[in-house]
Amino acid sequence: MINNPVLRVIAKIMIPLILLFALYVQFHGDYGPGGGFQAGVIFAAALVLYAMVFGIEAAERVIPAKVLKVLIATGVLIYGGVGVYTLLLGSDFLDYNTLAHDPVHGQHLGIFLVELGVGITVAAVMISIFLAFAGRGARR
Amino acid sequence: MSDPILIALFAMMILIALAAIRLSDLFAVVIMFSIYSLLAASMFVQMDAVDVAFTEAAVGAGISTILMLATLVLTGRFEKPSTHKSLLPLTVVGLTGAVLVYGTLDMPLFGDPNSSVNLHVADRYLEQSSTEIGIPNVVTSILASYRGYDTFGELTVIFTAGIGVMALLGIGVRGRRK
Repeated sequence: MINNPVLRVIAKIMIPLILLFALYVQFHGDYGPGGGFQAGVIFAAALVLYAMVFGIEAAERVIPAKVLKVLIATGVLIYGGVGVYTLLLGSDFLDYNTLAHDPVHGQHLGIFLVELGVGITVAAVMISIFLAFAGRGARR
Repeated sequence: MSDPILIALFAMMILIALAAIRLSDLFAVVIMFSIYSLLAASMFVQMDAVDVAFTEAAVGAGISTILMLATLVLTGRFEKPSTHKSLLPLTVVGLTGAVLVYGTLDMPLFGDPNSSVNLHVADRYLEQSSTEIGIPNVVTSILASYRGYDTFGELTVIFTAGIGVMALLGIGVRGRRK
């Protein structure tokens, strides 16, 4: 598959578009359908496509396992961190009203951060599950 | 449930499910599951649940198909011919299915404004979301703000799944670079 020029060219054209679409879904989720879960999966799909066409090793050079492990935890920490931060500001856990000068802005910021956390963890988990499975297949 | 598009989609889903049972080529079965998810996603679109449809299309038809194919590489492509009798399992499945269908007879109709789900907090969310949260997509405001705890729980589930796979299979550490 690696030597197939059609796949390589098409993948090179598609991957940036898929990544861009993932970012759009991530940050436009407040206004249209989408959000962290969908964006994370689409982002992961781009890297899965990369790993399928260019090989697992190439994909691991793009996003090393160490980075993935950190990213998996980072998303949950962002989400939980927003919750703890709102606690420290004196409101309830994950009550975003106090995050900014007025409640609506606080809600915007809170949702943005929380969705970012969701997106990071979902993308990293999906990529690492794929690499774990496909990596075993490649080693045989 | 008189929408012809929904009925057609349901009929296709049943056909796909039957085909998935009949086939012994697991590669074809995985593709059948993918089509099944795509049909489910179309059904959610028809029911105006675009966010759910989006997730179903991305996760069900996309990533999980890839993961099942990656598993097939490890396990082998063809099902072993079954040696057990199918009468007892068929009876159990048939009975369970009949009980489930009987259970749905009590359920409120799709979109019934008087069902208990729609009488609880749904109105409040729909009416207050634009002033309290101020973003147009109510689904996002419910998911990330009103029901923030639940989404945190969901994220933790995914986190745990990732940790579990890493603990069992490991990634990028040993073996690959000889």
